[in-house]
Amino acid sequence: MALTDLRDKLVADLGRDGVIDDPAHLRTYECDALTGYRVVPALVVLPRDAGEVATAVRACAEHGVPFVARGAGTGLSGGALPTADGVVISLQRLRRIIEVDPVNRRAVVQPGVTNLDISKAAAAYGLYYAPDPSSQQVCTIGGNVAENSGGAHCLKYGFTANHVLAVDVVLPDGTPTRLGGDAPHQAGFDLLGAFVGSEGTLGVVTAVVVRLLHTPATVRTLAADFDSTETAGAAVTAVIAAGIVPAAIEMMDNLAIQAVNEAVDAGFDPDTAAVLIIELDGPADEVEERFAEVTAVCTAATRVTIARDAEQRARFWRGRKAAFAAVGRLSPNYFVQDGVVPRTRLGEALARIAAMADEAGLRVANVFHAGDGNLHPLVLYSEAAGEHERAEALSSAIAELCVELGGSLSGEHGIGTDKACSMPRMFSTDDLETMKRLRAAFDPAGLCNPGKIFPTPRLCGERPGPYRPHPLESAGVIERL
Amino acid sequence: MKRELLDVCVHCGFCLPTCPTYVTTGDEAESPRGRIYLMSLAERGETPIGGAFTEHIDSCLGCLACVPACPSGVQYNLLIEAARPRIEQEAPRSLGERSFRRLVFGLFPYPRRLRVAAVFGVLYQRVGIRPTRLLSRLPARVRALESLLPPVRVRDLFARTPRATPPAGSARRRVALLTGCAQRVFFGKVNAATVRVLAAEGCEVVAPRGQGCCGALSLHSGRDDEARRFARRTIDAFGDGYDAIVVNVAGCGSTMKEYGELLSDDPAYRERAAAFAAKVRDVTELLAELPPIAPRHPVEARVAYHDACHLANAQRITAQPRQVLAAIPGVELVDVPEAQICCGSAGVYNLLQPETAEELGKRKAANLTSVKPDVIATANAGCLLQIGRFTSDGTPIVHPVELVDASIRGAAAPKGG
Repeated sequence: MALTDLRDKLVADLGRDGVIDDPAHLRTYECDALTGYRVVPALVVLPRDAGEVATAVRACAEHGVPFVARGAGTGLSGGALPTADGVVISLQRLRRIIEVDPVNRRAVVQPGVTNLDISKAAAAYGLYYAPDPSSQQVCTIGGNVAENSGGAHCLKYGFTANHVLAVDVVLPDGTPTRLGGDAPHQAGFDLLGAFVGSEGTLGVVTAVVVRLLHTPATVRTLAADFDSTETAGAAVTAVIAAGIVPAAIEMMDNLAIQAVNEAVDAGFDPDTAAVLIIELDGPADEVEERFAEVTAVCTAATRVTIARDAEQRARFWRGRKAAFAAVGRLSPNYFVQDGVVPRTRLGEALARIAAMADEAGLRVANVFHAGDGNLHPLVLYSEAAGEHERAEALSSAIAELCVELGGSLSGEHGIGTDKACSMPRMFSTDDLETMKRLRAAFDPAGLCNPGKIFPTPRLCGERPGPYRPHPLESAGVIERL
Repeated sequence: MKRELLDVCVHCGFCLPTCPTYVTTGDEAESPRGRIYLMSLAERGETPIGGAFTEHIDSCLGCLACVPACPSGVQYNLLIEAARPRIEQEAPRSLGERSFRRLVFGLFPYPRRLRVAAVFGVLYQRVGIRPTRLLSRLPARVRALESLLPPVRVRDLFARTPRATPPAGSARRRVALLTGCAQRVFFGKVNAATVRVLAAEGCEVVAPRGQGCCGALSLHSGRDDEARRFARRTIDAFGDGYDAIVVNVAGCGSTMKEYGELLSDDPAYRERAAAFAAKVRDVTELLAELPPIAPRHPVEARVAYHDACHLANAQRITAQPRQVLAAIPGVELVDVPEAQICCGSAGVYNLLQPETAEELGKRKAANLTSVKPDVIATANAGCLLQIGRFTSDGTPIVHPVELVDASIRGAAAPKGG
């Protein structure tokens, strides 16, 4: 009843074109890039501006209907998973770059603008937006704010939180407000800090003021081949220990290299066990000096290829950034894991992951942000060959290994739905209760992206993984709508 | 819609920003990822063919910009070509829809019929009075038909390509030219320029008689049987004995390169079709292969080159037309914003889905004119018509081969109309 009323209200306010309620159409919104979790929403709305977002949120709040904001649906933790009988608020029609302000080095953009489009718009002024998730050509700044997204260059430049000056948000009761502001230091509680990375549980972003940086004068990139992932891991530690802060240090192992070479002709040595992509940027003299130091530290490398021009550099990065999806060429199914280990324990972590993979009889491809210890092991398996459960167990064991080694459950993909049940491994009951109290201060009714981050009995009782039809579904007795 | 082809999609979303309908609507179901999702549901029998399925598959331009963008290697071209016939076979269309489609598919692939229609169109243009108030009240589809007609003279409509043209000097290649259906009627001058350029570059050019439509319009609209019929007829009309089969329409070229797969279930044609397909070359592809021998005269022009989707995405030909244009002294090639987004022509899409096509056409025209070109060049008849319809500042729009022709003849850059 509430839903019928709500639909009528939303159609009246947003127009027929702004509300989706066709069953087949709704199913295209049932998951984000983590397809293992699927829930068909009751409605999807596509507001055109901040006012319509506020209208939609207020209507949901008044009807007591849960809602989930969605950007490009590229999240890998099920953060934009809809709730059944709930509303998805897609921000894909809010795609305007409102202002690029080169004097103050900032831009004001709507949440549906892609990460890369901000840099494209800023390029005319010699500026760019630094955080660069691998999906930057697709993922939106609104989603980046929700997940506090990272990327290859966060080693030197920091995460989304370090580059957002202010956000316009609609609070879960429908009230529009601004968090943060023009002054670099805001007095009082850092509510903006609490909001960035809250995974869509504290409200819906309608505009973001981002910091822009000057495009570095010089960028130099090399690809260093190693005969094992352990020696490559040791080289990462050596570079950082030498007091060098590269713009990025990325690692790919042989499986990942095979995939990206095939997908985008990245041109890495197909026979090497591991490759490190190391990038330095800054003033020319400094970069040259540091680059020589890095090359010297990589003594264990079997070969060092220095990108001779922008084109080769772009090829390295195209390869690295297409890696997750490219692995689809090696294996029909795979899990993308996201965990952090202390950098000094990289070699140990990789060796243990390899041993665990051997024991499980599965292949694990590694492609990750080595500089900050952010691992992305990809567990390859075949659903058809019945390997799903083994793969799922291995993937979870790897995440738990990260916590055991003194790291974190997630480096940048978020907790979302996927890792909510693992939160107690990292946080005590008191920790979780404290987080919930912060959340309740923004959203006392619990309508804004419910079921994410915090473990719930229902969620943790269900088994995750790719969609498998219920036996009754296969028998044609029931159907999913 | 084969399960193994559908399963290649990992739902990463890298296709989203390349998809014209997603860019304009922001709706997941209007994206390649969303469409594949719907196909997957239909393949499992979880959603019927018809309704939302038909709506979102019909709205796909088939521009294939998502194919080069996909890191997983999804063959969307095969998926969409398999999905469309399902609609034609299983989801009855309304009477109005059927009639309009019958009109379109009964007209465009048939040069003689099209020519008769075009003569009326030109006479109507000549009257000089466009009843604007009446036009604005006509359905968008009829308006689209009305306004696509390029400014041509009746005489142009009857231009014929000579059956055989000898090469200048000794022959380097013996080639057969597809004169096309709509191409022949509306762009006889492009065919004439193609023949002159190829001959000047040492090609003996044959225009086989009895050739008709190559089947592209049918294939791209899910009318597979009709497409196969056209393909067989084309193969028969051309016969053997050529080094290459030259095409100057991107959509036709991409279809003819697929004849092998299209007729793979036909034992009588399978091998001939594959051999035929292997010889098909876009005219810019052939020109890039042949080191120029005809002297080029300067053509002082700032040229915005628009990648036709069926050249860039379906045939992966992007460097060759640029190479051919850049070899003309005086030509300055300029980059265009949003180059990868389709102009909205897409075969007969602009007639079947006029609203989306109009939005994309305006967007493309604005992007092209934003770089202030002297000339816009694109290698596809549909794009030429579509961009011409929405470019209001009088910038001439030509096929690249026309610029090469002007350069070889020492003429000025072609004028727009």
